Amino acid sequence: MIATNPTDPTTLTRKDFQSDQMVKWCPGCGDYAILAALQTVFPKLGIPKEKLTVISGIGCSSRFPYYMDTFGFHTIHGRACAVATGVKAANPDLSVWVITGDGDALSIGGNHTMHAMRRNVDLKILMFNNQIYGLTKGQFSPTSKMGLKTKSSPMGNIDEPAHPIALALGAGATFVARTVDNDAKHLMATFEAAARHKGTAFVEILQNCVIFNDGAHESYYSPGARKENLVYLEDGKPLIYAEGKKGIIANGFGKLGTADIDSPEDPRILKHDASEPSGTLAYALSRMVHPDFPVPVGIFRNVEQTPYHELMDAQIAQARETRKADLQKLLSGSVTWKV
Amino acid sequence: MNDTSTTSAHSSQVVDLERVVIRFAGDSGDGMQLTGTQFTDAAAFLGNDVATFPDYPAEIRAPAGTTAGVSAFQMQFASVDIKTPGDEVDVLVAMNVAALKVNLPDLKKGGILLVDIDGFGPKDLEKAGSTVNPLEDGSLADYRVISLDITALTTQAVAEAEVGAKAAGRCKNFYTLGMMYWLYDRPYDITLDWIQKKFAAKNPAVAKANALALVAGHNYCDTAEIFANHFRVEKASTPAGTYRRISGNEATAMGLIAAGVQSGRQLFLGSYPITPASDILHELAANKHFGVRTFQAEDEIAGIASAIGAAYTGALAITTTSGPGMCLKSEGLNLAVMAELPLVIIDVQRGGPSTGLPTKTEQSDLLQALYGRNGDSPVPVIAASGPGDCFWTALEAAKIALQSMTPVIMLSDGYIANGAEPWRIPVASDLPTISVKNHLDPETFKPYLRDERGARPWAVPGTPGLEHRIGGIEKQSVTGNISYDSENHQKMTLERHAKVAKIADELPPTKIEGSTEADVVLVSWGGTYGAVSSAVDVLNASGTKVAHIHLRWINPLPKDLGALLAKFKTILVPELNMGQLRLYLSGKYGLPMQGLNKVKGKPFKVSELVEEVQAHLQEAK
Repeated sequence: MIATNPTDPTTLTRKDFQSDQMVKWCPGCGDYAILAALQTVFPKLGIPKEKLTVISGIGCSSRFPYYMDTFGFHTIHGRACAVATGVKAANPDLSVWVITGDGDALSIGGNHTMHAMRRNVDLKILMFNNQIYGLTKGQFSPTSKMGLKTKSSPMGNIDEPAHPIALALGAGATFVARTVDNDAKHLMATFEAAARHKGTAFVEILQNCVIFNDGAHESYYSPGARKENLVYLEDGKPLIYAEGKKGIIANGFGKLGTADIDSPEDPRILKHDASEPSGTLAYALSRMVHPDFPVPVGIFRNVEQTPYHELMDAQIAQARETRKADLQKLLSGSVTWKV
Repeated sequence: MNDTSTTSAHSSQVVDLERVVIRFAGDSGDGMQLTGTQFTDAAAFLGNDVATFPDYPAEIRAPAGTTAGVSAFQMQFASVDIKTPGDEVDVLVAMNVAALKVNLPDLKKGGILLVDIDGFGPKDLEKAGSTVNPLEDGSLADYRVISLDITALTTQAVAEAEVGAKAAGRCKNFYTLGMMYWLYDRPYDITLDWIQKKFAAKNPAVAKANALALVAGHNYCDTAEIFANHFRVEKASTPAGTYRRISGNEATAMGLIAAGVQSGRQLFLGSYPITPASDILHELAANKHFGVRTFQAEDEIAGIASAIGAAYTGALAITTTSGPGMCLKSEGLNLAVMAELPLVIIDVQRGGPSTGLPTKTEQSDLLQALYGRNGDSPVPVIAASGPGDCFWTALEAAKIALQSMTPVIMLSDGYIANGAEPWRIPVASDLPTISVKNHLDPETFKPYLRDERGARPWAVPGTPGLEHRIGGIEKQSVTGNISYDSENHQKMTLERHAKVAKIADELPPTKIEGSTEADVVLVSWGGTYGAVSSAVDVLNASGTKVAHIHLRWINPLPKDLGALLAKFKTILVPELNMGQLRLYLSGKYGLPMQGLNKVKGKPFKVSELVEEVQAHLQEAK
């Protein structure tokens, strides 16, 4: 058998990441833009192609690995984070990307998503949030808005929706971001930042399902609505939106409010700091829900913390330093006798 | 006890015995497991054959003094080859009323009963739900009862260690152990050494107290003449070699580490703690210097899912569990079937269904292992026959998984997992090597192109030019692309079955033990080997001719099995379940079979198997 040399990452282009499989999402699906963005970002990461591993669960978004010409594993419903944890723990040399949806990651797979983030496993988790179950043809999901009428909620959804960013922060994720499927530049910048982070990067992507929940995010993320309804989180910069006419202020203990402002220098305006260790502001931002608030997009939290695989590697290295791996010694144990 | 000769030594008679069964019983906190283990080590060290059966409650510390909290450790030691911890007990040590109440039914008539009267006060009676003191109501007339205030004797004996009254009383297990050492004419040095190693550095006072108690118990018997005789059990004539004591879970863990070394693969365990399988996780976590990666997952599902992820990267991947965890792992197991990745799933069976009997043994996960998944999903199933065999079974399960690129289920059970026996230590350099290579060449790479065993290539992430996708959706033959084509599904289903069936090509011919002239055969599997084999010996010795086939591989079955079974007039299938192997074999071969079935959370007794077989044969006449 012939071993081939590692690929030179500098020669890679977007084309290198397009597989020969026909993409079978519905025409107009937000997933196309996300696929294009990731195929564009991968060649820029300086990582040999063979080390990029894409792992998904079940759902429309989870078909993603078939369309990426990388190592890919389309696993089972909800378990992508658990499989990916095994991949990264067994071979820390790989760059492991998890593709999942709101149902896959937060409902059936909620437990694994939470624990991957808690352990700070070095996974890049891209969660496509279309607030609906698409592949099973239109039932409400854990992020569906209250009152949403679907096949399984004909009188309206009575489940309080989950807030993915708040959940990620609560679980201790070290990198938490939100981006949108209709802004390629923002998508790619967010993916690149996630790739640079050492540890779990949780990225919520507001994504549109044209068939079962069309326009779910339209009122705040359409090109026309963005200015008034999205607030871009930029490190060290004031939290302003509506072309600088409005800003986010502290409004009593632990609460946020919005204010009309004349200048971005207005001392009431909060400055964003994703590296702030407690994550208090990030959490408050994560609870800002449209239409009472603009929707924050960008990086909520980005802190340094030793990733899981490094801790595991360190223990193995330490054990190897103190004890020799002698199989005969292991088999013999401490108390033996001769017959 | 079979008395064979009488000699004299010390002040009392020494009687030679062939075999002895002792059971230490007390509260969960009384240290009975430790006492039993120490006696076992000493017996094994002196050359006896030994077999043990720890029996403890699921609750860590059930209310003290109640029958729910009774913890017992039974062991048989012998000058002959033994395969079980024994049916009836020759000596029962009972530290309180509850321990006596639970364990007395197993003490043979005329057996020795040693009780600590400190555990027989009014409160102890009440806690055990007894109204009259069994030491006073004449109910123990059939036994040789020795009642002593062991707690008080211990407290006096350890006074100079100054550990306080409570800690002093806790040494009573060592006092009792010292007494048993005297009774069976064996030195206590091994345990003294052990006490030094275990406690001296951490807590010298405790070490001193335990040592004083041990010696005092021994000396008390020597001077007080409480036993009329003491006994000797000579060395067993075991094959020459170096031995150690081993439990099934220890052996399983070592088999896995050995498989990692012999295959040159990193060993990865994804596991969630569950009784009685957790010790495998503990053992592997303690052996990180072999490069073993243990991941204590958030649940059973993540246990298998992480193992699948590790297998995908080229590791020898393992997940360990018991029945309830098996239920949760079925979907993951099917992913490994479809993705055709090597994986070893170890199910240490316990009483079911549901939470069932967590600390008690059973063999009732067999059909689940064979069939408990959606779709036509063939998975090889191998079962260990005893504590030491767990090593060889784990090694073989790993070898087959790697060679055939398939998940393999290894069945163990609570009885052999916790039970221990002397084990002839294998020579590491004589172990089989497992040579399975990663695929490297992009030119010849097809993700689902099969080799002569039906295995697909192992192409791990990080290998240039082998980028490909796998998953749980049906694969197109050869290319591995998604395929919903009906003809292809039929083809792939057959290929998956053929791959598992082919494992039988490399299995040795089936061994028939027992009588060669019998027209009756007992077919067993898993942890009942010792009891069934012993029963077959007893039956043949008493003139009832029976043969014995013990199955190691249950899927695939040995190729010669059907023809062998067809030669017998009567096929009896003893199992600790309602007849799962019998159903399976009947379906495979269409032969009439009768079951000898028991689901009491306990292993078979040799005597009950002998009686059942005789009853069956009587009925047939």
